[in-house]
Amino acid sequence: MFRFIVRRLLQLVPTLLGLSVLLFIWLRRLPGGPETAILGERGTPALRAQVRRSLGLDEPLLIQYGRFVKRTLQLDLGTSISTKREVTTEFLLRFPGTVELTITAMIIAIGVGIPLGYLAARRRGTWLDHASVGGSLIGICVPVFFLAYVLKAIFAENLGWFPSSGRQDPTIGATHITNFFVLDGLMTREWDAAADAIWHLVLPGIALASIPLAIIVRITRASVLEVLGEDFVRTAESKGLTERTVRGRHVLRNAMLPIVTVIGLLTGGLLSGAVLTETVFAFSGIGAFLYEAISNRDYPVLMGFILIIALFYVLVNLIVDVSYSLIDPRVRVR
Amino acid sequence: MPLLDVRDLSVTFARRGQRTVRAVDGVSFGVHAGEVVGLVGESGCGKSVTSLAIMGLLPKQRGVTIDGVADFDGTDLLKTDARAMRDIRGRDVAMIFQDPLSSLNPVVPIGVQVTEVLTRHRGMRGEAATKEATALLDRVGIPDPARRLKEYPHQLSGGMRQRALIAMAVACKPRLLIADEPTTALDVTIQAQILELLKELVRDSGTALIMITHDLGVVAGMCDTVNVLYAGRVIENARRKPLFYEPRHPYTTGLLRSVPRLDAGRGTPLNPIRGSVRDVLPWPDGCAFAPRCDRRVDACVGEPPALVVGYDGHGYRCVNPTPQGAQP
Ligand SMILES: Nc1ncnc2c1ncn2[C@@H]1O[C@H](COP(=O)(O)OP(=O)(O)O)[C@@H](O)[C@H]1O
Ligand SMILES: [Mg+2]
Repeated sequence: MFRFIVRRLLQLVPTLLGLSVLLFIWLRRLPGGPETAILGERGTPALRAQVRRSLGLDEPLLIQYGRFVKRTLQLDLGTSISTKREVTTEFLLRFPGTVELTITAMIIAIGVGIPLGYLAARRRGTWLDHASVGGSLIGICVPVFFLAYVLKAIFAENLGWFPSSGRQDPTIGATHITNFFVLDGLMTREWDAAADAIWHLVLPGIALASIPLAIIVRITRASVLEVLGEDFVRTAESKGLTERTVRGRHVLRNAMLPIVTVIGLLTGGLLSGAVLTETVFAFSGIGAFLYEAISNRDYPVLMGFILIIALFYVLVNLIVDVSYSLIDPRVRVR
Repeated sequence: MPLLDVRDLSVTFARRGQRTVRAVDGVSFGVHAGEVVGLVGESGCGKSVTSLAIMGLLPKQRGVTIDGVADFDGTDLLKTDARAMRDIRGRDVAMIFQDPLSSLNPVVPIGVQVTEVLTRHRGMRGEAATKEATALLDRVGIPDPARRLKEYPHQLSGGMRQRALIAMAVACKPRLLIADEPTTALDVTIQAQILELLKELVRDSGTALIMITHDLGVVAGMCDTVNVLYAGRVIENARRKPLFYEPRHPYTTGLLRSVPRLDAGRGTPLNPIRGSVRDVLPWPDGCAFAPRCDRRVDACVGEPPALVVGYDGHGYRCVNPTPQGAQP
């Protein structure tokens, strides 16, 4: 198992290298450049050239790329062109919010989706089945930002059950160590700060969870239905096992295989999908920052962000593969 | 009083948009303690549905109707509620299925699949359960049982898997064992070993066995009494010898004739039964075998043939039976 993980991590190197070359070329080909953002439309060609020179953008691409690789290997993602701060510092400040939001959404999607999908399969053809299949269709169709607005309007602004924006009430005066606000609250034992952070996560978490939830309900239902028809479930029943044993050990365990794969794919997509939800709830994650970086052609920020997303994808995939082999002995890795 | 007394068992499947299927139609038979009873017939004749109905394992959906009685030592298994059936299944009545690979859970070690029965019905856990499971695997002839317990189904051969399934079925010394074509998916040499094992187990423990098969060789080697099924009905039932030497129903006669014989000499044509079960019946009642029958007379198509019970309980449903003394 350990060797498998190391091997997979090593496979990451060529993947990331290839990805970075593509990105590098692609970003540089985009019309406009950071000098336009800095100088606006009024910049004279001479001024533009000067800014480009000061950013090192006048040199041949190959040399620029070489410098980028060397820096990145030292875990230095460079300096943001617009904020003039280290990209790593910016990320450490802003990524935790997005990660918290993603995790919340995934917990909701998995925690609700798997039981609901299981029940729909078990009670096939009943109102519960029809409701969850229909509901999941709506969940897939409704745009996330629209759902976010509706949730905010009803539960935050109208009923006032949840806060309508931000990650935490600043008047609490919480201490921040890692910028994962919930984690910080737990570490410093400031329970009210942690609770408040969780409270702020609920609505954006639900909005972001809608699509993965719908997909997980559907895949769980389909997968459980398939397993319920398997011979070994009949064998388990023929032994007189309790419903709990049949369900947990024989049905769900086998049904988990496709579900795990889908969860992995969804989690990777969520991180980038969080951006929209963050905007609606003025949730200070990576979203707004990234939006600015794109309009400003802030190359170091964009490169860094995409590399981290890629790394995240690969790690999630690795976790999927490892759990796959933990569940199914037939694909067990050595 | 038989241990299991099945009377007038009928199962119909009604699916929306599909023709209603009467898979089992008034089946009656008995099984005494220590007896091996065969249910024989070609595929689709209702053998599996009969056994699943007795086990309470048919899907509980709208459209599935079960009628009749399956009296097991005073309890009607068909009327017993789902909870109580869970206590009976695996403890008093156990079952072995046709395909050992698909009948085992691929992601759970063999050991867990054996001990879970012991935990459920005999309250055994941990060490004790493992010890008993090892003994069970040893008893069904699996070498190196301690190691096999930790392995997964895909690491065992077909014969080993069926042995493991048998171990699970006999773990609680059930009084009745139902084996649904337990050797159909296995190699011929392995088939013989598995049959031998089953014979040994029922002989040693006095378990009654319902042996479901389409193979007359299996019947000849194991069964005390035989029920021949055709299109969901028992069309002939007898003790083994009379059935083989003096079959009365033309279908049974045909079955026996269609078995290739070593003593027939080369070049002797085989005698298959014409057509197949799927032939649609032009008459709603009457004998279902009539379209394929060489001895058909007008009376066959009128009403369902009544059960004729002859000497020593030999029963058949035919208006124009094969004459006695005709060598099959
Ligand atoms: N769940 C079901 N729904 C509808 N029809 C079924 C179902 N199970 C079995 N049948 C039908 O019942 C008949 C008997 O099947 P079965 O008992 O499996 O035959 P076999 O004697 O080969 O074991 C077949 O015609 C089959 O199509
Ligand atoms: Mg069958």
